[in-house]
Amino acid sequence: MLLRHTKKEVADRKALTINPAKTCQPIGAMYAALGINGCLPHSHGSQGCCAYHRSSLTRHYKEPVMAGTSSFTEGASVFGGQANLVQAINNIFTIYNPEIIAVHTTCLSETIGDDLPQIISKAEEDGKVPEGKKIIYASTPSYVGSHITGFSNMVEGIVKGFAKPGIKISDLYNVIPGWVEPSDMAEIKRIMSVMKINSIMFPDTSGVMNAPQTGKHEFFPKGGTSSQDLSKTGSAAHTFALGSWASKGAANLLSKTAQVPFSVCDIPIGLKATDRFLMELARISGNEISSELEFERGQVADIITDMHQYLYGKKVALWGDPDQLIPLTEFLTDLDMVPAHIVTGTPGKAFEKRIMEICSEKGITPNVKCGAQADMYLMHQWILNEPVDLLIGNTYGKYMSRDMNIPFVRHGFPIYDRIGHSYFPTVGYRGAMRLLELMLSAIMNKLDREAPEEGFELVM
Amino acid sequence: MENRTLLKEREKHILIKESFNTEINCDKPTLAGSVSQRACVFCGSRVVLYPIADAVHLVHGPIGCAAYTWDIRGSLSSGPELHRLSFSTDLTENEVIHGGEKKLSAALDNLISTYRPKAAFVYSTCIVGIIGDDVDAICKKLSSRYGIPVISVDSVGFQGTKKDGYAAACNSLFKLIGTGSTANIPKHSINIMGEFNLAGEAWIIKEYYRKIGIHVVSTMTGDGRIEEICRAHGASLNIVQCSGSMMQLARLMEEKYGIPYIRVSYFGLEDVALSLYSVADFFEDNPVIKQNARQLVFEEITKQQKEMEFYKSKLKGKKAAIYVGGAFKAFSLIKSLRSLGISVVLAGSQTGNAEDYKTLRELCDPGTIIIDDANPAELSKFILQKKTDLFIGGVKERPMAMKLGIGFCDHNHERQIPLAGFEGNLNFAKEICSSLLSPVWKFTKSREGGAI
Repeated sequence: MLLRHTKKEVADRKALTINPAKTCQPIGAMYAALGINGCLPHSHGSQGCCAYHRSSLTRHYKEPVMAGTSSFTEGASVFGGQANLVQAINNIFTIYNPEIIAVHTTCLSETIGDDLPQIISKAEEDGKVPEGKKIIYASTPSYVGSHITGFSNMVEGIVKGFAKPGIKISDLYNVIPGWVEPSDMAEIKRIMSVMKINSIMFPDTSGVMNAPQTGKHEFFPKGGTSSQDLSKTGSAAHTFALGSWASKGAANLLSKTAQVPFSVCDIPIGLKATDRFLMELARISGNEISSELEFERGQVADIITDMHQYLYGKKVALWGDPDQLIPLTEFLTDLDMVPAHIVTGTPGKAFEKRIMEICSEKGITPNVKCGAQADMYLMHQWILNEPVDLLIGNTYGKYMSRDMNIPFVRHGFPIYDRIGHSYFPTVGYRGAMRLLELMLSAIMNKLDREAPEEGFELVM
Repeated sequence: MENRTLLKEREKHILIKESFNTEINCDKPTLAGSVSQRACVFCGSRVVLYPIADAVHLVHGPIGCAAYTWDIRGSLSSGPELHRLSFSTDLTENEVIHGGEKKLSAALDNLISTYRPKAAFVYSTCIVGIIGDDVDAICKKLSSRYGIPVISVDSVGFQGTKKDGYAAACNSLFKLIGTGSTANIPKHSINIMGEFNLAGEAWIIKEYYRKIGIHVVSTMTGDGRIEEICRAHGASLNIVQCSGSMMQLARLMEEKYGIPYIRVSYFGLEDVALSLYSVADFFEDNPVIKQNARQLVFEEITKQQKEMEFYKSKLKGKKAAIYVGGAFKAFSLIKSLRSLGISVVLAGSQTGNAEDYKTLRELCDPGTIIIDDANPAELSKFILQKKTDLFIGGVKERPMAMKLGIGFCDHNHERQIPLAGFEGNLNFAKEICSSLLSPVWKFTKSREGGAI
């Protein structure tokens, strides 16, 4: 029993987080920056931060993750990190020669009061930024928000760095996908293309964090949103922001700075969220929903009708990031499943409200908590008190899955122990099919494994 | 990538054996802007102490420091699993402004009263070094309240390098040592230091010592227990494996308790045998120990001879690059690879000191590139330049090697099979052989002179 130390009784603990369901802002900023072509993320803080973020992203994506660090020492923490950052900028352009450096702060550099805009303009004045190159930045102190707000802040940083008001191009649209997998970003692009909508997606980690083996170590893989495209985002007719937590901030900023109107949609996970996303695309672009997508929708419905008997009434515990959990919870209720326990470490009261709205429509009252102490320990306690039939979440669910013999579908970040997430999307109708396959396999594998000999069935 | 220039400041961190009239630059903070593979002080302390399974390990800082070090090392326990949980004070803006002492105190109170651990370690992170919480005072208070050691680990991230984190961990262990009873510890007894029980390696090594008639008082820190550490001063000898992390503790113990130490390595047949023999030699008053050691070495080597011959025939003439945390491991790897017929063309470490690099030079073949605190640009440049077939490193190096189309073996935290001891030697040969000769390389665009 790996989790033998969990106490079943849920007691108040205000000062202590056990087994977090979140991590800190800078890693989100790093992931977002990796979705820009030719961009080197840079961590302005101690060396450990950068090493941890790179290791963590490497474990999840199984790809080389390149990022620089200001390598703070005692001196820097006393006299400020300006000298380190200016030197870093100089070194990075000299040796790695990226098109863009995306600097994010850490708890250390924030607390000592380093002023990024000022330091960066100093570097520019000193001629440390070569012609045509660019530095963008985001403030991401680790003691605020979570990896998701860090991602969101860097996406805002991208807008700040690139978007300028321009003559509107009536058939150009922006898509901000939120922190989803490279596979999901590729699928969203496919949907846009099937819908015949000319769009710029940013950030876009497809082709970067799921790159092919080529016999070369590309410091800057081919994928990622190009700076050319980024500079056009201010001229777009509309922005589709997927997820309130990870994408709304940037869309909002873009509307303020370049008067690009926007709609915030849920990440298209499951039937209803994908329906809404496509209807919004159709409404704004004036294009019809493609028959190809309607065909896929029919396939999803077909699978559900075929397999409903294995799904209905099954209780599910799920954890992860709010923008994913909301449409995922909705999808589960549409499958006649029962979301029983839902946890995200990312703060934001709107989350609990949305979840309760979705669930109350079906007469379900789940345990739901977000923010501080909404952690995997609490999740385990809840499950001990009210067992479930399925777990959906990141790798950290594997202890519970093993200890309590509960089928487990890996989804979200991080996934350190399986592959698939980088290559097969869970968004759109195709993504819904994959989710169904994963959930059904997990549930039915257990049925097969545990069926008594006389009850073991060939056909299911 | 291969044509990238090196930074001038970095040139002194790289040597090519032959041209070494100069000293290598090492033991220095990393150049800002470098994509370094190094980590921080906190990381150093955390990896050394965290395998102690019956203590609570509380990270005092924002959530990231706890999240990224949650059960990543694969340090196995035969009993409690407390060390595999992630405890954090999860500091927020409020504490950054008003101080985190109240929260720390409450968190510790909660943890100790709930789990009744044998001890508690509190790790300071960057932010704690800035806001100035008096962690020592809180630990002292909680220690007297609960009657267990509550140790403040001075691991503020930016105050030095990972090595300083090792030192802070050693100081923490040193506080425990000497507080327990040494009753019933036999004369022929040791502490195993710098062994973290990755993939159960400590168990393999302990079993060797048991077989040759030596009692192990404590293992620091793999499958570690507080009570054992507290009585570690009752041992006659300290055996230091990962010297980068534990030498300081061995020296402190020698000074205070007069316990001598020897440096050993359990990687590669030669070094495993040498380690057992040197321990046996220390206890020369009992010649049976040496006899047993000889017997054990003979049996184990005979057992794997045939299989090893097979791997040697496959691996002969291949070229390897090594990039590890501490340099001492590189010494063993060079010898062990050499015994398989593989030559090392690049050897580097994150934290080696001048003495380490001196030894490394002596050990390496002419023309070998020796590199301190390397970055991926340098590593891939030299891998290609030297037409390397195999890379031995850690998590951040793996995908790079795979993209370059060369074999890889994780000799760091993420190994899933034991690489130490005699069986580890066989596993190592098997692993590099299977990676080098994987059929996948037939389907990839490998560079000339590459893996196939």
